[in-house]
Amino acid sequence: MSVAAEGLAPRARSRAWGKFRRSPAALVGLAIVGFFGLLALAAPLLPIADPLATSWTAIRQAPSAAHWLGTDELGRDILSRMVWGARASLAAGVVSVAIALATGVPIGLLAGYFGGFTDMAISRFTDALLAMPFLITAIALAAFLGPSLMNAMIAIGLSAMPIFIRLTRGQVMAVKKEDYIEGARAIGLGHVAIMTRYVLPNIVPPLIVQATLTVATSIIAEASLSFLGLGQQAPAPSWGSMLNVAKNFLSQAPWMALWPGLAIFFVVMGFNILGDGLRDALDPREH
Amino acid sequence: MTAPLLSVRDLTTAFRTPEGWREVVKGVSFNVAPGETVAIVGESGSGKSVTSMSIMRLLDPVNARIGGAVTLEGRDLLSLPEEDMRHIRGKDIAMIFQEPMTSLNPAYTVGRQIGEVLRHHDGAGRAEARAATAALMERVRIPNAAARLDDYPHQFSGGMRQRVMIAMALAARPKLLIADEPTTALDVTIQGEILELLKELQEESGMGMLFITHDMGVVAEIADRTVVMYRGDCVETGTTRKIFSRGDHPYTRALLAAMPRIGSMAGEAWPLRFDRVDTATGSIEPQGPVADTVDRSATPVLSVKNLVTRFNVGSDLFGRSTGAVHAVENVSFDLHQGETLSLVGESGCGKSTTGRSILRLIEATSGDIQLDGFDVRALGPGDLMRMRRTAQMIFQDPYSSLNPRMTVGQTVAEPMIRHRLAGRGEARRRAAALLERVGLSPAMLDRYPHEFSGGQRQRVAIARVLGLNPKVIVADESVSALDVSIKAQVVNLLMDLQEERKIAFLFISHDMAVVERISHRVAVMYLGEIVEIGPRAAVFGAPQHPYTKRLLEAVPVPDPARRHHRLTVAPEELKSPVRPRGFTPPPRHYREAAAGHLVMETH
Repeated sequence: MSVAAEGLAPRARSRAWGKFRRSPAALVGLAIVGFFGLLALAAPLLPIADPLATSWTAIRQAPSAAHWLGTDELGRDILSRMVWGARASLAAGVVSVAIALATGVPIGLLAGYFGGFTDMAISRFTDALLAMPFLITAIALAAFLGPSLMNAMIAIGLSAMPIFIRLTRGQVMAVKKEDYIEGARAIGLGHVAIMTRYVLPNIVPPLIVQATLTVATSIIAEASLSFLGLGQQAPAPSWGSMLNVAKNFLSQAPWMALWPGLAIFFVVMGFNILGDGLRDALDPREH
Repeated sequence: MTAPLLSVRDLTTAFRTPEGWREVVKGVSFNVAPGETVAIVGESGSGKSVTSMSIMRLLDPVNARIGGAVTLEGRDLLSLPEEDMRHIRGKDIAMIFQEPMTSLNPAYTVGRQIGEVLRHHDGAGRAEARAATAALMERVRIPNAAARLDDYPHQFSGGMRQRVMIAMALAARPKLLIADEPTTALDVTIQGEILELLKELQEESGMGMLFITHDMGVVAEIADRTVVMYRGDCVETGTTRKIFSRGDHPYTRALLAAMPRIGSMAGEAWPLRFDRVDTATGSIEPQGPVADTVDRSATPVLSVKNLVTRFNVGSDLFGRSTGAVHAVENVSFDLHQGETLSLVGESGCGKSTTGRSILRLIEATSGDIQLDGFDVRALGPGDLMRMRRTAQMIFQDPYSSLNPRMTVGQTVAEPMIRHRLAGRGEARRRAAALLERVGLSPAMLDRYPHEFSGGQRQRVAIARVLGLNPKVIVADESVSALDVSIKAQVVNLLMDLQEERKIAFLFISHDMAVVERISHRVAVMYLGEIVEIGPRAAVFGAPQHPYTKRLLEAVPVPDPARRHHRLTVAPEELKSPVRPRGFTPPPRHYREAAAGHLVMETH
């Protein structure tokens, strides 16, 4: 027989990648996210102005040959602030969501899988967290941790966690009713194996969708925190903080709000499309 | 001959697929006269439901294209504007569906839901509608109808809910009733009652009925004429009597031959394989009986004594449960190597809970289970693991029993890897061999479950448990969800495996005809207790307990000449196994009707 002794997982992975590659929408999403990601990484290498250099002679200038995207209220070049700001904003989006997933999914998994007292304790705790508005929780946590971008990301991640706990718990409870879970118990699999191999892969799609949506919320939350001095520390740029300042000059210098607004819009859209593509690619039932 | 009520001519329905339009109903023609019942029968994918949806124009016009002509009393339904069609639905043509659990709105009382139909179609006032609703519920023989108007759907049993659905369908006095598998989800005794009711109501009102089903037994019971469908084609139309006595088309004959008939096993000593039937040619090849696989002198491989499983329900002020579901009550039986013992009974009788308690998927309340030397209820984690190698389970629903995210190869290899019977490479090689053994191709190793049909999935589930070489397999309704021809093949596979490996099966099923075919012994359960247990020939040939008799009588026979006499028993709500706290079950006594044939004494 020609079947090699290789593990079975790699095949599934290459199948998912093949399917992902054949989906034009997923590739567009990947391209958008990749574009901004590269921009953020390459910021120090690009021939752009110092994002912190102020110029009193060039305050709130409209886009021109010298300043492609215009300047802000302190005469700083918006293009270069956009590029450098991508670092803070993308990090805020991705790291916060990673923290929320890393904490929320295991907790929700435990609650949904074991039920009973575990579930009750976790669910009451989650309800209490959800009762507090997302942003207020984030501000309180960030203030407690101290002002820095990293702390802001932790604060946002923990504030977004209860949504993931609840979503995971609900999905696990639905999957738990399927016969294949009982079948896995009947062949003698342990709880950890059942949770990781039988439950988790089957609840991935809604988690991906929720995660891509939360990336958007997190980018905007970071903006709010930095506005309060709790996120990215001025004068270092982030799209959110740029947007916050720009709203004071909407009538005089609309471009100040336009660029960060568009960038957030595209990144969020990119993540959403990418998420959809990933969801379909990871589902063996989709063609 | 009277003018037809409904006339369907060359009905063709196509669905939009990425590859273009695909025809799922190809040129179907038939008539339904007033007062007549026409059955459309076929297996899954035959297009029978799509036919009814096309008549009602319930398909999304963007993705479905309907051709041909459908006329109701001369009006062409296919060319009617959607607005007019809406008046026809519910008013002239009413429909009842398979799932009585989901087709009622749980948020409103049944009285309100039936009343709404009356007020919508007749413009009846509130009080008027209420009185009419009560009358309707009386008409569908819901006991104590007037008092139940303000009950919610969850307070009714499945059979009663189906009666409510029928009452709703009849509310507007339709000329035609389309019933799409209306009894498939119901227990066999309830099914008999519902079929009876439909016949009576039809006689009273003179409406036409289009009855869609996969069950030839039901067809024989109810239909005047029958349309047989196969893969979108109408292969044969004729009076039910003619179809059953001398069907022209090979497929019709194959369908009838594959249908297990209760009582056909009289005089057979051993379980008998189903005939192999070729649906293309209609040729029938009888298969032999299973050789005697049972050694009764040896210690039973499974011995269950006084098994009790209860679930607490409700809670009072102090958080104590107010009662318990006595799901399994004092159940005892032995199962020998190579033997098939069937546990039969209707939903809620505790047969599945019994199987799960034996495998410790549910913790039993008390009792003793000896399984191949293991004292199951006292096992620690390590021994439980070894026990799982000996006893395995196959589930009912082939669509939910396989992990959709694992390939078939992973699924079949996993138990062997888990129990360290083989390394990854070896497990994969053995998985390939096992797939071959259950009639699949080793080339399917890297496919996912969704690429398989229901029957194939069930074969995968069988291959998965075979890897452990179990001595006992609990098969919980394992063939119930399959089409008749596929069902016969999977049952034959189980019998082959029994002959080959001396596997003992605990075969849990409500399908009496299949049970008769496969079993060495049969145990009948009712409300958690075994009311009768004995050799198959004794239980089927000389049933003793009244419940066993009722169960056997209710099974529809695929022979229109033997239509049931009218049942005179009033429909009853199934008794509940929920008991108050502190309830002590009465002591039961069994008498031995014949050697090994035990019957619970009735009072």
